[in-house]
Amino acid sequence: MPKDHGIGASPKRREDLRFLTGNGNYTDDINLYGQTYVHFLRSDVAHGRLTSVDTSEAAKMPGVVRIFTGDDFAGIGGLPCGWQVTDKHGQPMQEPGHPVLAQGKVRHVGDPIAAIVAETYEQARDAAEAIVVDIEELPAVINMKDAVKEGAPLVHDDLTSNLCYDWGFVEENKAATDEAFKNAAHVTTLELVNNRLVANPMEPRVAVGDYNRSTDDSTLYTTSQNPHVIRLLMGAFVLGIPEHKLRVVAPDVGGGFGTKIFHYAEEAFCTFAARQIKRPVKWTSSRSEAFMSDAHGRDHVTKIELALDADNNFMAVRTDTYANMGAYLSTFAPSVPTWLHGTLMAGNYRTPLVYVNVKAVFTNTVPVDAYRGAGRPEATYQLERVIDKAARELGVDPIKLRRQNFISEFPYQTPVAVVYDIGDYTATMDKLEEIADLSGFEARRKASEAKGKLRGLGVNCYIEACGIAPSNLVGQLGARAGLYESATVRVNATGSISVMTGSHSHGQGHETAFPQVIAEMLGIDESMIEIVHGDTAKGPMGMGTYGSRSLAVGGSAMVRATEKIINKAKKIAAHLMEASDADIEVKDGKFHVAGTDKSVAWGDVTLAAYVPHNYPLDDIEPGLEETALYDPSNFTYPSGAYACEVELDPDTGRVTIERFSAADDFGNIINPMIVSGQVHGGIGQGIGQALLEGAVYDENGQLLTGSYMDYAMPRANDVPFYAVDHSCVTPCTHNPLGVKGCGEAGAIGSPPAVVNAVIDALHSAGKTHITHIDMPLSPNRVWTAMNA
Amino acid sequence: MVQVKMTVNGKAASGDVEGRTLLVQFLRENLHLTGTHVGCDTSQCGACVVHVNGNAIKACTMLAAEAEGAEVLTIEGVANDDGSLNTVQQAFQDHHGLQCGFCTPGMVMTATALLKENPNPTEAEIRDYLEGNICRCTGYHNIVKAIMAAAGQDVSRIAAE
Repeated sequence: MPKDHGIGASPKRREDLRFLTGNGNYTDDINLYGQTYVHFLRSDVAHGRLTSVDTSEAAKMPGVVRIFTGDDFAGIGGLPCGWQVTDKHGQPMQEPGHPVLAQGKVRHVGDPIAAIVAETYEQARDAAEAIVVDIEELPAVINMKDAVKEGAPLVHDDLTSNLCYDWGFVEENKAATDEAFKNAAHVTTLELVNNRLVANPMEPRVAVGDYNRSTDDSTLYTTSQNPHVIRLLMGAFVLGIPEHKLRVVAPDVGGGFGTKIFHYAEEAFCTFAARQIKRPVKWTSSRSEAFMSDAHGRDHVTKIELALDADNNFMAVRTDTYANMGAYLSTFAPSVPTWLHGTLMAGNYRTPLVYVNVKAVFTNTVPVDAYRGAGRPEATYQLERVIDKAARELGVDPIKLRRQNFISEFPYQTPVAVVYDIGDYTATMDKLEEIADLSGFEARRKASEAKGKLRGLGVNCYIEACGIAPSNLVGQLGARAGLYESATVRVNATGSISVMTGSHSHGQGHETAFPQVIAEMLGIDESMIEIVHGDTAKGPMGMGTYGSRSLAVGGSAMVRATEKIINKAKKIAAHLMEASDADIEVKDGKFHVAGTDKSVAWGDVTLAAYVPHNYPLDDIEPGLEETALYDPSNFTYPSGAYACEVELDPDTGRVTIERFSAADDFGNIINPMIVSGQVHGGIGQGIGQALLEGAVYDENGQLLTGSYMDYAMPRANDVPFYAVDHSCVTPCTHNPLGVKGCGEAGAIGSPPAVVNAVIDALHSAGKTHITHIDMPLSPNRVWTAMNA
Repeated sequence: MVQVKMTVNGKAASGDVEGRTLLVQFLRENLHLTGTHVGCDTSQCGACVVHVNGNAIKACTMLAAEAEGAEVLTIEGVANDDGSLNTVQQAFQDHHGLQCGFCTPGMVMTATALLKENPNPTEAEIRDYLEGNICRCTGYHNIVKAIMAAAGQDVSRIAAE
């Protein structure tokens, strides 16, 4: 029987009650007394010199409170970058300024030029029409390889080139890797594009700045995955407001997927402007604005080579990648193509030598930063595609080639710095073959062919590094942040518990899953426990939710704090029962004296902590509240194997997903229902990347995919039911719950399966000259490849 | 400014609005019914679906003034009389048909309209009917499953949890 409570159970989500009845509290639902509205006038050209911004007529328009331009931010800090990458010559990356409002130049379509604050949105928008902007248009740099050519126009005049950094990893392995390729029995080469994506959480970004004249405090309500990080970045680096005078609240947030990690200009603007005009200032992004102001994702152009020996063992991997940074460095952008990408290039395979080169390039496009998976999907896609291509070239079964090269002994030191603590890649592949019914594929192919369709099967593995990350390690790698997580467990007098966590829930169901952990530890009912998050005024400094870290890092902090609670509560219980605290056991919500029938209830102990009439005051303080900050000792390494079956219409090139199966090893599972949901969502986004999505700029830097009319989001009829399984469990060896994280796996593992399946379908029809098609595999691209 | 009057969730509602005010703005800003969401500006995402005179419509594609005299039903008005979740809402909770919750009100209103038109839809009919509602969290798996369950279908054999 499945459990009905505690760890491993799937209780219904408590947050659903408010979301299903229209009672969610999203940032746009917050309206403050005296509130004003801001509209940003954004650049409609990709690159140009701002010669004048005349706001004089606009300022006279009805309802206008004040108009701000870049001049108002002279002397105020720009948006900071949180990660400094060192290039292959030991030099720091080129790091341009990023003003809140454009100063001197505009560098991408959507770059904010002026901000109009008015009594209503409509008045702000109307006034924007009356601003006269004079821009001397400059040639735009869009294509990355062109951008780094000698003489290319500079995105930033004060930099020496458009190259942010040229990173080699591991530089010491380069010569040996090159030598391995010379000695290889077979080399497979693949050039591919990891298509530029827009994260598109369904809730657009919103910011409401507030200022309290009485206390000189500022408050920002914002759509963030990490309000403490925003407070630190905005307070310390942009506006110069110390933490104790600045509160950041991220209430219900309608999806993040990475793009709500970063500190954005609009947040700083609303906080700043509220202090200036001494009234609340609200900004709500339209979807069109989101397309040209939310950080985009992916956008890598890569050449990967795989060297194999005569027995088909992997000898070496060598890659050469151009990674788009866009026009400015978004908060964590430099880390994505480097430490979140190069470190995964060994994949699930024994590959003695790996060398990764990444050139990060500035272009006149929206900044690019982490999107679900962040670097790991790019690594997985190129590796799993080149392995598939190698298998076809060698005439071997792609699953067998993978199995032959699996890492099977742990811990495993990869040649790319990271140490995998545990995993069992054979087990997940076995499970995949079972749940995907791979033995039935040939019959299904025949059935498709009988209908005039082609059918293909694509399989791949993935590994990711989650639970980011040991602070001392990421500090060495250039992070300007610590990456621990915090939890305060506040036990109230009557035994109810408030847990303040630095993790943020924006769809992941923390409010339901986190209490399952504490309830299990204390033997009490989950309904007595409430999770409090998303408000810097309520909890200790925390780092937030991204990189599948909430349970592995935030959950571990919660466990540590709860252990402290148990230790103290045992002392109180021992005192109440006149026993030794070493003899106290916690079971079923009671404290027992081992070997006796004596016990006290949880509520009696908690009451004694706050009404300490009979209490060991000589030994311990009253109260029952503990905080823990957990800094992990390693990343966690979820892994798995995915299979996709497609049908392809040879007349139109249209691909449909017929079956999709995922076998994951996430370590221990707290709430299987939520874990499955996370995998479903990731697969949906991965299928979107593989078949539908792509942010496209023309050569002048105009964003051609600026709305849902042009950017193809996956819809319900683009995807099938998925078969997902997470019964293969190798518990993480270094965190107290043995958990690894599940938020990104689906998006990392699914794109190569889809593309491998399409290539398989084409080869089944004799189109063996087609070895690759770049994503998204639209009917046009597939038909064109077939008919070239 | 024009004055509009309508019935929203069974109660009389009125307000003065600009001619260009959308129904969704009127619901959110004038009536403070913030359960109806705005997820795009091209009538694609469906986060703002409400029922007007019994038909599911996107409240961002209709002016408030056009709803003069209409019967409007929003997510705030669909629960059972005792406040408990109705069949569709309950199915979404039972089958984890929502994550961040932002598309959810529109999904519930669309699903409700579907089941009114077609009380026993196939999986394919459900997927096609949801063409105008985008969800970014769930990959649609549990939304489709929830709607099948709300129709009284046995969903226990649907692939894997």
